[in-house]
Amino acid sequence: MGMDTVLDMGDTFLTGKNTLGAIDSVVEEKVDREDRTTVGTQFVDDARMTCRDVNVFYGDKQAIRSVSIDVANNEVLAMIGPSGCGKSTFLRCLNRMNDTVDICRVKGEILLDGHDIYDKSVDVVPLRAQVGMVFQKPNPFPKSIYDNVAYGPKIHGIVNSKTELDGIVEDSLKKAGLWNEVSDRLDEPGTGLSGGQQQRLCIARAVAVRPEVILMDEPCSALDPIATATVEDLITELKEQYTIVIVTHNMQQAARISQRTAYFHLGDLVEVGATDRIFTNPLHQLTEDYITGRFG
Amino acid sequence: MEKQTPSTMDIVNRGLARRYRKEKQFKLLGLSAIIASLMFLVFLFGSIVANGWTAFRQGAIYLDITFDEQALQVENLRNANYGKLIKTSMAELFPDVSGRSQTRRLNKLVSSGAAFELQDMVLSDPGLIGTTKLVRLPVDDEVDMLLKGHISRDVPESERRISDEQIAWVDQLVEAGRLQLEFNTTFFTAGDSREPELSGIKGAIMGSMFTLLVTLALSFPIGVAAAVYLEEFAPSNKWTDFIEVNINNLAAVPSIVFGLLGLAVFLNFFGLPRSAPLVGGLVLTLMTLPTIIIASRASLKSVPPSIREAALGVGASKMQAITHHVLPLAMPGMMTGTIIGMAQALGETAPLLMIGMVAFIVDVPGSFTDPSTVLPVQIYLWADSPERAFVERTSAAIMVLLTFLICMNGVAVFLRKKFERRW
Ligand SMILES: Nc1ncnc2c1ncn2[C@@H]1O[C@H](COP(=O)(O)OP(=O)(O)O)[C@@H](O)[C@H]1O
Ligand SMILES: [Mg+2]
Repeated sequence: MGMDTVLDMGDTFLTGKNTLGAIDSVVEEKVDREDRTTVGTQFVDDARMTCRDVNVFYGDKQAIRSVSIDVANNEVLAMIGPSGCGKSTFLRCLNRMNDTVDICRVKGEILLDGHDIYDKSVDVVPLRAQVGMVFQKPNPFPKSIYDNVAYGPKIHGIVNSKTELDGIVEDSLKKAGLWNEVSDRLDEPGTGLSGGQQQRLCIARAVAVRPEVILMDEPCSALDPIATATVEDLITELKEQYTIVIVTHNMQQAARISQRTAYFHLGDLVEVGATDRIFTNPLHQLTEDYITGRFG
Repeated sequence: MEKQTPSTMDIVNRGLARRYRKEKQFKLLGLSAIIASLMFLVFLFGSIVANGWTAFRQGAIYLDITFDEQALQVENLRNANYGKLIKTSMAELFPDVSGRSQTRRLNKLVSSGAAFELQDMVLSDPGLIGTTKLVRLPVDDEVDMLLKGHISRDVPESERRISDEQIAWVDQLVEAGRLQLEFNTTFFTAGDSREPELSGIKGAIMGSMFTLLVTLALSFPIGVAAAVYLEEFAPSNKWTDFIEVNINNLAAVPSIVFGLLGLAVFLNFFGLPRSAPLVGGLVLTLMTLPTIIIASRASLKSVPPSIREAALGVGASKMQAITHHVLPLAMPGMMTGTIIGMAQALGETAPLLMIGMVAFIVDVPGSFTDPSTVLPVQIYLWADSPERAFVERTSAAIMVLLTFLICMNGVAVFLRKKFERRW
């Protein structure tokens, strides 16, 4: 969809708005569509991660333009926006997963607990242990359930004994709400589980290395509604111990599970704010367009 | 004046018959192609088996041999006249035969290698001396051919290599139960020989085995390492493109060129021995490397990127992601490619001719540097020999080679099926 269509639709919307006084009474004046400076509460006091002026390029193409945002401690931050707007790209900057893409360049500053993760001296291996990731499509290793969860602790040498490892596996599977379903078949292949179970297994695998931040890229998009509900409950529980950044294309989901929401639009971070406020009273015209279903 | 335009359905229906006819013709064409190729295959295998199966049986003659002390000159067992023992035994069987030339014709029924077999027996067990024993000995290849019906008795005597007189003796021996066809163990336990009845493929099989071992030991690790580097580590730039194109080109280079290269580099420059499996293996390594690299890269590519991301996502280093996850998943494909490369190498002849593996070698090779030949070259050598008995041996050797190839391909298919994974 080109910008023209968006603007056309906006015109009708504007005329409509004048006749509908109800919307007017909520907020005085929306930020204009052409204005792409971030509005809302992008900075917080107890920031776990701090991103300043982040730009991402794929070759010559810029995918993220000057994004600055904080991720608060023990919050669930949801990132929403139309597809292709750079949510995944930005998320993957937070644990340097973009390093694996040859043509991808990241500029700007991303701090985790005050340390720049793009600093030359930073090793991505411990970084990714600190900032775990759950992917869009469940991707368990074609190994046993046990080995899937145990893999992270093993390679990082977190454990010294088999019993300790057993403990971590059990603990992680419990945190992922999967223990009751798989405790009697830990040696069966993880790929044999249902989609929802596989995704929770992936969450258990991420949790097993005791990360501080967990990144989730549309973790429910491949799941059915019931499995989605289970994973959402799980995220709400995990928030007590972890800081979670989740990308979702499902606005209801963002509304249900997150405390803050960030709205991306074509590479720009347009608006950040408390989830309640974003969904009831967006400050930016583009945010309103998106949450009212004008494009998606 | 109004002209009725036909409806779309009418037009479609009218064309339908023609369309189906086309489809049917195409199917028939494909089917006949399959049938034709199957028939060629059946004809090929049929003629090979028909020609070769008799080689697995071999005429054997049973003679009462008296290991006479005098004749054996006990103080020098190696140079003793063992042929004399056979001649004595034959003379006892056919007391009527007299005269120098007739006796010679009679003794020609027994293989010239029989004397060596007696020598081996005596050398390994000197206790035999002074005793008489029923001994099984090979017959001459012409007798063997007669027994198998490859020499027709209807042909005028002057046109066959076995006389009426000899045929009569053979018939007598058969009747007496002293001459019969038996399983041909020599074929599997002996090296090459000028005498068909004494020749076997063990030398060629061992040569092929040593050669393939060298090829496998070199080309598998090198091929896999190259594939992993190109697929997982190499930056994508002009250089890697250039390398990729060249690997693909290398796979298309005629194999004899690799033989010439081997001759120039390994033999002439490095001075490695001629006819050695070591050099053969090196040359075949050059030839199979592209196949293995290409197959290994394809199999690495087929490992879904999500597995790599999963490993990297929990903090595995790139090396760990590859060795723990990608390589094990790609291994069946790599092994399939390697086996197919090995099967190619097993059937390869031309490059080995260039490095002297075409020599006539009687001894079964025992190491990587012993002069030796390989199965396809052995087939080539036998196919070139004039004796009728080598014709069936050629086909039999082809059957052995094909058996090896089919087994190798079977293993490759098995691996592919067994480890086939869907994500
Ligand atoms: N590996 C890549 N190479 C080149 N361009 C990419 C790559 N990944 C994403 N992009 C581009 O970056 C933009 C943002 O993509 P992405 O972050 O995946 O969007 P989202 O997750 O919001 O749907 C898109 O225009 C996409 O085409
Ligand atoms: Mg995405």
